[in-house]
Amino acid sequence: MTSHKLRKVDVIFSPYSVAPYKILKDTMQRDKNEVIQELIDSGLRGRGGAGFPTGLKWKFAAAEKSDIKYIICNADEGEPGTFKDRKLLVEVPRKVFSGMAICAWVTGSTKGYIYLRREYRYLIPKLKEELALYEKHAKEFDLDFSIEIFLGAGAYVCGEETALIESMEGKRGEPRNKPPYPIQDGFLGKPTIVNNVETFASSTMVFRYGAKEYIKLGTDDQHGSKLFSISGDSPKEGVYELELGMRLDEFAEEFGDGDTKAVQVGGVAGFCIPRKNFKDTIIGEGNTTGGSTMIFNSTRSMYNVLHNYLEFYAEESCGQCTPCRVGTQQLLKGIEAVKNGTKPPQYLDNLIKLSETMKLTSKCGLGQSVTNSFSSIVNNFREEILF
Amino acid sequence: MTDKVTLTIDGQNVTVDKGMSILDAAKQIDVRIPTLCHHEDLCVAGNCRICVVEQKGKNTLTPSCATPAEPGMEIETSTPKVRKARKDIMALLVSEHNTQCTTCYRSTNCELQDLAAEYNIDNDIYISVVKPDLNIDKSSWSIEKDDSKCIRCQRCVRTCAELQHVNALAVTERGKDMRVSTFMHLPMNEIVCTNCGQCITHCPTGALTERRYYDKIWDAIDDPDKHVVINTAPSVRVALGEMLGYEVGTRVTGKMVTALKKMGFDSVLDTDFSADLTIIEEANELLVRLKKAFVTKEEVALPMITSCSPGWVKFIEHMYPEHLAHLSTCKSPQQMFGALTKTYYAEKKGIDPSKIVSVAGMPCAAKKYEANRPEMRDSGFMDVDAGLTTREIGHMIKQAGIDFLELEDSNFDSIMGESTGAGVIFGATGGVMEAALRTAYFVITGRPVPFNDLNITPVRGLEGIKEATIKFEDCLPEYSFLEGVEAKFGIAHGLINARQIMDQIVEGKSPFVFIEIMACPGGCIGGGGQPIPTNDEIRKKRIAAIYEEDMNKPIRMSHENPEIVAIYEDYLEKPLGEKSHHLLHTKYRKRKRY
Amino acid sequence: MAEVKELVKKLSKKYGKTRENLIPVLQGIVDEENCLSKAAMREVAQEMDISAAEVYGTASFFSFLNTKEDGKYKIRVCKSITCDMKGKQELIKVMEDMLKVKLGETTQGKRFSLLETNCIGLCDKGPAMLINDEFFTELTPEKVREILGDYIRNKY
Repeated sequence: MTSHKLRKVDVIFSPYSVAPYKILKDTMQRDKNEVIQELIDSGLRGRGGAGFPTGLKWKFAAAEKSDIKYIICNADEGEPGTFKDRKLLVEVPRKVFSGMAICAWVTGSTKGYIYLRREYRYLIPKLKEELALYEKHAKEFDLDFSIEIFLGAGAYVCGEETALIESMEGKRGEPRNKPPYPIQDGFLGKPTIVNNVETFASSTMVFRYGAKEYIKLGTDDQHGSKLFSISGDSPKEGVYELELGMRLDEFAEEFGDGDTKAVQVGGVAGFCIPRKNFKDTIIGEGNTTGGSTMIFNSTRSMYNVLHNYLEFYAEESCGQCTPCRVGTQQLLKGIEAVKNGTKPPQYLDNLIKLSETMKLTSKCGLGQSVTNSFSSIVNNFREEILF
Repeated sequence: MTDKVTLTIDGQNVTVDKGMSILDAAKQIDVRIPTLCHHEDLCVAGNCRICVVEQKGKNTLTPSCATPAEPGMEIETSTPKVRKARKDIMALLVSEHNTQCTTCYRSTNCELQDLAAEYNIDNDIYISVVKPDLNIDKSSWSIEKDDSKCIRCQRCVRTCAELQHVNALAVTERGKDMRVSTFMHLPMNEIVCTNCGQCITHCPTGALTERRYYDKIWDAIDDPDKHVVINTAPSVRVALGEMLGYEVGTRVTGKMVTALKKMGFDSVLDTDFSADLTIIEEANELLVRLKKAFVTKEEVALPMITSCSPGWVKFIEHMYPEHLAHLSTCKSPQQMFGALTKTYYAEKKGIDPSKIVSVAGMPCAAKKYEANRPEMRDSGFMDVDAGLTTREIGHMIKQAGIDFLELEDSNFDSIMGESTGAGVIFGATGGVMEAALRTAYFVITGRPVPFNDLNITPVRGLEGIKEATIKFEDCLPEYSFLEGVEAKFGIAHGLINARQIMDQIVEGKSPFVFIEIMACPGGCIGGGGQPIPTNDEIRKKRIAAIYEEDMNKPIRMSHENPEIVAIYEDYLEKPLGEKSHHLLHTKYRKRKRY
Repeated sequence: MAEVKELVKKLSKKYGKTRENLIPVLQGIVDEENCLSKAAMREVAQEMDISAAEVYGTASFFSFLNTKEDGKYKIRVCKSITCDMKGKQELIKVMEDMLKVKLGETTQGKRFSLLETNCIGLCDKGPAMLINDEFFTELTPEKVREILGDYIRNKY
């Protein structure tokens, strides 16, 4: 494990010191394979939370043979405590579009979508203006790649890429069986690259600075900078760009209110870290994160926190697979039963095992990740759950 | 060799076709993996997760039904991790399920019940999350829907979409509220549903069952004032045995008749009789239409399409209401039988028709709806008082304490108990067409149809759409207009195939003069009222039994049935005559498509 | 009825009649009609040649495609953990009193629906809510009284 001091950096949010469309234009002068290799060398991983190496995804997509390929920018930011993609789309949309366009150019795609979560509908007018500007540049660069906005309709699970694709096809947002992966068989059966908003923006910056520079940021495991959405008991709520690899105690010191009891790292799908473990936790190490960081101080009931999470899961599970659909309900009812005494305290251990089964058997990341917050809260705050 | 892959399952090497699932690969070496959402007839869903296995190198478990075998995969199907996960999943399903098995019609024939026993699940593992506000929907004449027993495997949804292309059932809501339901949760009798009952035979539990009427039948049997008549369809006799201890594909005609008599039916008759009658009427109807088209050059709807399958009839009424003229006006054999029971039969037997209870033993769920159609009262009474499924008959025989295996054979009663091989094959897809051609060819040429042993093999088998071409030569003078005509005949089963046939007609591109359509895959032998399970392997065996029964019949053409000859002489006078028109033909209605 | 038919025709012409245009079409109907009525969904089914059950199955999956008739102004209060911690419950009480409805209900005359929603991505400025597509942040009971009061008085 390597860590370093908490450091705010200014890569993604830096003002347009070099115009993103100049980066696009310059990149298009290079060899496509070299561009992909640069992205691989940068160590950039998906910034939505799953953390798949972005360069590899582009490489596989480039190798697919198809009459049409789609690029989808996943702006279905629904993880509780996450709002950095909104900020990106408001402040640096050109970096996002430029990333999509570079991806289109190297993979041979002609059609792109921004899958915007329904709750962000108010962003559309401004985005459309920006898209008009993008189209102008694309025409100038002779790039045949258009971008359209697809507005979601309100479903957290559509942040999962295959569920997102299903909903774009006019169906219920239910995750698909994998394989096949979207890279081979995505939107309308065609090769489709789905990347998060921040991933596209970051890829633009990789091409701006070059992999060698970019990889200097972060640790051996996690490279580059990352946006963190900070909320909860913090005097400094907001979005921060931090170098990956800082320790949680420093983080809590910087962003907490001095009375931090626990930090939820990676949103509801991530882990809840109690104060005693702050020192040993390096953000981004081992587990990838979408950047949602929620801070709880000592006045907060962790039972209420967990209850809130579980209600969220029971509503937002797509419902198709047994472990997730029924498991989320059982965990919720289970902690209620333990709290009101209709089930014995040991029942919590059964529930932890159940959450592990959910991890092993659920169809998608939603059901698989419930155990992260569930086990970490129950194990670390057992008394609060019980009494 | 690129299309083969070799993997290891439980330490054994197995080589399978590329693309085959781990589940099917395991089957090849007799490794059984439990399944619930999987069904041979349907596409992969991968949603119940009970079929998970351990795959070397992966942290999570792998759903074997939804994962293709890959070269070098190492799979373990029964490790502690797998068993524990499966048990947990079973416990979750049980916690969401109404576990009052004692009052469930599907008890002892339930996939959930079997696996719950296998995995030693008790009700206390998890808290019940059965929704308290779920009512049983008994609005339909044919299908009962009990959401408290639904395990959300979506087999019914896929059946309704993939086999029938009706999409009456859909997955609605999400998360904890996710359920299988109808448009806006409307009751089953208010939606676009053909009542085919394929959802029932594909349901692993008791969530979807047929509306049961057999208590009503017992009441009638117990009433000394009532004369209770049952007619049984050809497919019942080749499937009923499955419920009573016989191998799939066993013909139990004689034992079935004995059992029904023992139970107290006053008369046990054969739907095959009215199947033969249907052939006479339908063949003549076709010839009239052809004559209009060829000779008098009148506007006439061709191709003509059979109307025996009530699921199909309701389908066309909903989906192609502008094309109802293509349907033969002949009632189905069940309804012809009913109309004659309370007229011809009553007259011949000297029984007051108001005292007759007419029961139809059918492989079908849609027949229940058909019996209740308001227009089906041409006898002056309800022509058919109740339709029973093969499954209900099986339950009644058990209930009566009859040791089915030990029964002697007996013959159908008379009158309306005589049948031919042509009537028998109505039960299999292509059978109505074959029976019709055996008679029509004879009527047109005076000679038997030119196929070995009358077996018109091109119309047989499980291919979704089949066709046959017959050239009419040396026609009798009356039918000289058909001389040299090469007529094409089409057969479709499963409503998704019916849709293809209809779309051709809508586009004016149908190559056929006459088409047989059955709502259910495989025809009536695969009907929605047949024993569960039904799959292609089982369909094939039932079909083989049907053709065996045909070959064993001394008479194999409908027009040679002596009781048919007699009914025209004594009662109906002639095909398409006035009495026929009144009792044996019907009209259809336009319905909404959405 | 005729109006719904026209609307659905217009929308399916704008977006296309194939299945992948279902969600934009349904959103267009909700924008105009406040909800997806049975008649509207049947029209969509007919235009796209899919079953009404499929239309409903898809619509009922998504929080913003309501099939129940909600008010013209849909107040969606974020109930995710950070907004909850910062006093969401109190805001709901204030609005329940002002609108004389309970959470989840619609006012007489179908002007307002008071709803909760999962995270709306305004966690740094919680508690937050949406009224239709307009967002309001860092809410206090006073602020809510002011905002809602303005709606009640001035927006019809």
